[in-house]
Order: sequence, then C-alpha cells, then structure tokens
Amino acid sequence: MSKQDVEIMADINAENDRLAEKLHQDLVKKGIFTINVIGAPGVGKTSTITRIIQGLADIPSAVVEGDIQSDIDTQALKERGIPSVQINTGGACHIDAVLMENTLAGFPLRENSLLWIENIGNLVCPAEFMIGEDVKMLICAATDGSDKPYKYPLAFEKAAVILINKADLLPHVDFDLEYFTRGIRALNAAAPIIPVSAKTGEGISEVCEWIGQRRSSR
Amino acid sequence: MHEYGLTKGIVKIMLKAADEHQALRVTGARLVVGENTSIIPGSVQLYFDQIAKGTKAEGAVLSIRTVKAEMRCPLCETNFIRPRFSFECPACGTLGNPTQIGNEFYLESVELEDGKEEGGIP
Repeated sequence: MSKQDVEIMADINAENDRLAEKLHQDLVKKGIFTINVIGAPGVGKTSTITRIIQGLADIPSAVVEGDIQSDIDTQALKERGIPSVQINTGGACHIDAVLMENTLAGFPLRENSLLWIENIGNLVCPAEFMIGEDVKMLICAATDGSDKPYKYPLAFEKAAVILINKADLLPHVDFDLEYFTRGIRALNAAAPIIPVSAKTGEGISEVCEWIGQRRSSR
Repeated sequence: MHEYGLTKGIVKIMLKAADEHQALRVTGARLVVGENTSIIPGSVQLYFDQIAKGTKAEGAVLSIRTVKAEMRCPLCETNFIRPRFSFECPACGTLGNPTQIGNEFYLESVELEDGKEEGGIP
C-alpha cells in the first residue's frame, strides 16, 4: 500500500458561510434588513429588542427566537403583537445557517421589514457563525462586569453596534465604563457603544436612529 | 461546545478527498485551529473517532495544530501573542489591534492510502 499527502486547505465553516450568504441575498432581494442579536443569558435581549421594535413603529419587524429550550420569549413577543417564531436548538449553543434556512422556509416575512434573530444566550459561538444577517448587535448589561471584551474578544470584534443594557443601574453597580470602552476600541474602532435601558427607554431612540441609517445605507 | 457538528464537516471533507483521489483509506489529517474559535481539540478528536467509524476515515490519525491569537501593536508595528485578559503590547503597553491570526479553522492536508504496492514492484 502506498500513502500520499494531499493538500486540502479547506475552511471547515465554508459550507455554513456559503449558505449564510445565499440566505442574506434572498433577504436583501425582499428589502429585509437582518440583525443577529448576541448576548449572554439575562442581559435583557428580548426586552431590549421589544423596546427597539416599539421605537421603530414605522418599520414592521419579525423575530426569530433562538433558545436551547422553551418558548417563553416567543410568547412574550406575540403578546405584544410582534410576529415571532421559536427555534429550539435542543442543546446546541448557536444558530447555524442550515437551521436558519429551515426556519425561514416556514416563516413568511413582509417585504422591506426588519428581521431580528435573537441568538442563543452565549458570547462564544454565536460570534463565529454567519446566519444571513446584515449586522451583529451585541447586548451587554451594566450588571455584567466590564471585563467582557477581554474575555470574549471575537464577539466584540464582530459587532456592528454594542448596547449596554440596564444603564439605569450604572450609578449603583461597579461597571467600569472606561475599561470596557478601552477594550472594545482595541478590537473594534467603528461600533457605536450605546447605553440603553429596556426598563426606562433610555438610549433606545439612538439605537433606532442607528438602525435607520444602516438600513438605508445598505 | 459545537464540536460535534464541525467534526462531521471535517469527516465529510476527508471522505470527499478520498473519493476524488480514489483512495482506499484516509490514514491521517492535519487540522489547524485558532485560539479565537473556542474549539477544543480534545472534543474534536473524541467526536472524530465516533463519526469516522465505519467510513474510509476510520482509525485516521488526526493531528491538530493550535494557533495562538495575535494582535498587532500600531506603535511598534509588530505582532504579539495576546496576553490573558489584556490587549496591551508587552513591549510598549499600547493597545493592539486584532489580526486574523487565531481565527483559523481549516483542514490543511489529508494522508491517503491507495491500493498500489509501494516502490512499484508488483
């Protein structure tokens, strides 16, 4: 038997990325702007998204809710009249392009709308997989600790906008905004960092304005 | 965390290479994994043995090379290995910028075995 070494140089994620690009093109054709929302569990992803959607009343929104289990978040959105569909990954730590394709096949979207994909609560792998989005929105919380950019650099590097939710609690917690911002700026010079509060509505109009600009300049 | 699905992708690429080269078996593969990908080489190896069972890649030796994440110092204009929980250049303290080094996740090469006798002597 003879053996030979064959050079491959194949990107393992290439298949996912190709499908993500196809999904993105299909969404763009329908005039849909897609936001992939990333954040740790408990930072208030669903409540922040809900606030922003309410602030963008002139643009219809729909939400794909990713969770390992349960449909609590989808129910909350539906109660507010926001069309939403649940993805349960059954243990998987992120949504991938195949899962997105299967979900969108059964979820009719309006033309020229906003599609929100609330990824699984986790700052690691959701940053690595493209799923057809235009932008990644990273949501952190003032109660979380300001070392997150140093611990999860990829998520901060890839985000187009970074929100600090629960900003109404900033005076009461030890969140070091200077240290947090410094870490982000090393990784990502462009992304705006916007303190918001899903509870009080602080900062939400600034986020709405940013989305409006990105959507029209696409 | 997601090594199972990714390892399935690796095995698929290996088997495709075997088919393209009409090989009998895949006996080895070299995988490159950057630190930023959060992929655990030990988990890839574990899943690999399971997924490859019963295929041409069963028993292949997987060698995984990990790549440390590097940042680039804008002042010194050199790369440095990212320290834990810091982005500071060890030489001058300036904050480094991210590079693509550390984001790798690819199959470099495979070792294939064909049915021919070695050395050309029948």
